[in-house]
Amino acid sequence: MDVTLRKIAKEFGSTAALHELSLDIRSGELIALLGPSGSGKTTLLRLIAGLETPSAGTVMFGEEDAARRPVQDRRVGFVFQHYALFRHMTVLENVSFGLSVRPRASRPTASETRRRALELLDFVQLPGLGGRYPAQLSGGQRQRVALARALAIEPRVLLLDEPFGALDAQVRRDLRRWLREVHDRTGHTTIFVTHDQEEAMELADRVVVMSQGRIEQVGTPDEIHDAPASAFVHGFIGESVKLPVEIGQGIIRHAGRPLGLRAHGRGASTLYFRPHEISRIVSPGEGLSGTVVSYRRVGGLRRVELALGPDDGERVEIDIPAGEQVSTGDTITFRPTNWRLYPEPAADEGHRPLEVKYA
Amino acid sequence: MPSDTLALGAGIPAPTTEAPWARRALMLAAFGFLALFLALPLASVFTEAFRQGPAAWLAALTEPDALAAMRLTLTVTAIAVPANVVFGVAAAWAIAKFEFRGKALLISLIDLPFSVSPVISGLVYVLLFGSGSLIGPWLAHHGVEILFAVPGIVLATIFVTFPFVARELIPLMQDQGTTEEEAALSLGASGWQTFRRVTLPNIRWGLLYGVLLCTARAMGEFGAVSVVSGHIRGETNTMPLHVEILYNEYNFVAAFAVASLLACLALVTLTVKTLLEIRYGAALAATRKH
Repeated sequence: MDVTLRKIAKEFGSTAALHELSLDIRSGELIALLGPSGSGKTTLLRLIAGLETPSAGTVMFGEEDAARRPVQDRRVGFVFQHYALFRHMTVLENVSFGLSVRPRASRPTASETRRRALELLDFVQLPGLGGRYPAQLSGGQRQRVALARALAIEPRVLLLDEPFGALDAQVRRDLRRWLREVHDRTGHTTIFVTHDQEEAMELADRVVVMSQGRIEQVGTPDEIHDAPASAFVHGFIGESVKLPVEIGQGIIRHAGRPLGLRAHGRGASTLYFRPHEISRIVSPGEGLSGTVVSYRRVGGLRRVELALGPDDGERVEIDIPAGEQVSTGDTITFRPTNWRLYPEPAADEGHRPLEVKYA
Repeated sequence: MPSDTLALGAGIPAPTTEAPWARRALMLAAFGFLALFLALPLASVFTEAFRQGPAAWLAALTEPDALAAMRLTLTVTAIAVPANVVFGVAAAWAIAKFEFRGKALLISLIDLPFSVSPVISGLVYVLLFGSGSLIGPWLAHHGVEILFAVPGIVLATIFVTFPFVARELIPLMQDQGTTEEEAALSLGASGWQTFRRVTLPNIRWGLLYGVLLCTARAMGEFGAVSVVSGHIRGETNTMPLHVEILYNEYNFVAAFAVASLLACLALVTLTVKTLLEIRYGAALAATRKH
């Protein structure tokens, strides 16, 4: 089922939770709404579900205007952050609930309902737990029950609010992989909310990065990581180094020193690059040069903190191969190989990059 | 307990543990107070009631006016308690699950009967429906009796017992939040199905608890009912009022016999409440937290 949001906005009282935004979600896609808390991602999800009504705009499910329908009629499978399982019902009763509240005409028989609930429990890999109560299950198991309950109504869209937020790291990773499998097998259009970029990047076909009630960028994980549309996205996704620079005569300088990078325009700007996307091969008199302040081992790399300039200037962090030994006080000169310029971030975080360069 | 071992081993008492003599003194004070102000009066009620033997006790209870008082008390309770359940659930639902203007005002209004003297509550009804009021004569003209009749007693009882169910449910429902209801709605349940199958089961123990307290108060209410009843023997006398009349007539045995029955009702309520807590303590805790 395609989901189309057209110029949708949401205000709570006088505060805007979502500024007017539009989004197209294709049938069968797995989409992540990614952003820090307060970015409006959960509000957007609840608007799609019908748990909130938009202040303006339309929500279309395929060709049908879903905004006119109450949540009961939308047939969305919603998985809540804290599962919201019915605590006084057994697992089986929880999963059967959606079928048992249907109007008499379309309600399956009791035995058919039971058969389908048991089938779903097998599907979410919880066979034999139908008689338990939610309080007797682990967090990961509750999450699976919540998903089975949502799948029982044969939803047109599956919506998950921070589905793995309350689980520990190992369970999160397992469930993440498993959710991807579930999505691939059922083919439901799936939208999930997360503040964990790793989760979004690993799981989703496309990621919607949100900040302060606006969409910053929509793209595949590769696009989001390699071509961030704004300083916010660059800073939010992955590791970023940020450095104030001046541009003049086609050359980028930091504190008067040319970096060996070229750009059009002139004036102050901010340079963004990733700590590992650097080269130590620099022409004499160019590049960023700094003394090692500290270093530590991060995975397969060594992260080095440098003080730029002779007298304790700006601090930046870069990654060098772990095999390479450094000690404090050493001088390292480098230049970014993949970098972007954004206008001063304080002025407006939402702007397109001025210049993009892959070297 | 590990804290005890630690405290003994270190030779210094744990900061939250009192010395044995202090603990004993505190317990003694608590039990002594209870014995003096609760157990002793209760015992004296039963002693007085049986002073002239079980036959006199039974005779006092089976006397027609006493039976009428019991019937009236039961009738009033049977009307007031369901009315309060409906109101209490509705008010708790509104307060716990919605945001609206005047919510704080509504909460204070629910508490009003707790802070107003029952006699005043009764007087309010006299002013409202009495012969000097606006609607009193009109009602009398149409043959509707409220004051000094059963409707007045029911109204006064409802007013006084107003907060019990609501007060019990509001914190419980606030604590439970709305996500389970949202889940039910998203699964296609109607508002009524959501209430009946999700909300009600989650509050059932709190509700039962509120009903018990409400029942006990409805049966025992004296002040408000006394003002509106008119004390017509065999007609508008509830059990507490009957006790008072008998006592004023120096008919102590009969007065204490009826009083012992009321005390029994209170004891039964207390026992049921305790049993509920023991039997369903786990279920109660489970509905309060996940």
